[in-house]
Amino acid sequence: MKVSVQREDFDAGAEMRALSRDPKVGAVASFVGVVREVSMTLEHYAGMTEREIGKIVEEAGSRWQVMDCTVIHRYGELEPTDQIVLVAVASAHRADAFAACEFIMDYLKTRAPFWKKEQAAEGARWVEARASDDRAADRWRQEKPDAA
Amino acid sequence: MKVRLLFFAGLREQLGSAGEEIELPAGVTTLAGIREHLRARGGNYEKVFSGKALVRMALNQEMAQPAAPVKPGDEVAFFPPVTGG
Repeated sequence: MKVSVQREDFDAGAEMRALSRDPKVGAVASFVGVVREVSMTLEHYAGMTEREIGKIVEEAGSRWQVMDCTVIHRYGELEPTDQIVLVAVASAHRADAFAACEFIMDYLKTRAPFWKKEQAAEGARWVEARASDDRAADRWRQEKPDAA
Repeated sequence: MKVRLLFFAGLREQLGSAGEEIELPAGVTTLAGIREHLRARGGNYEKVFSGKALVRMALNQEMAQPAAPVKPGDEVAFFPPVTGG
């Protein structure tokens, strides 16, 4: 398991290859979040961020078969087309890899202490939390997977 | 008792402070109590910590509820709902 909160960019391909070295791995599912349209600054709560992501990854491991997992989240100044976040999950089969990847991403959006400040034409503004993100995270409470 | 306060994002900007060490008056023993104590300072603190504002709290780097009790040396953070990912 790898959790990194960093300023620097990441190489998603290299991270995914690193997850498939174990011959028991049959599937690596990944998600990359990218800055859309406007420049932004990402602030975070150093220390708590890593702990929260660690807890989310642990929870994913208790729900699905997760053989290995990498979460990288950037902070600082980011420009349109820059990568923000990578979630990559390795499992024996795709269903677990897909589900765990989406779960980690949904929980990360509502629980990890990051805040985006967008640089819009009319000035800088803090992005407001969205109810749709809360709903995306909430649906995992009803959708518990079948016991493996 | 003394605790460490931290403010993030929009809260930090509105208050003009990233945090402080604070000696709490006797009787202030929970996160809700600290929030009320800060609100009573008036000005921007009143605005940020009034009942209407959405403020999340963490105690020693764990999300926490208003009723959570604090002890000397705790790290208490106030911030808006998160928007990462």
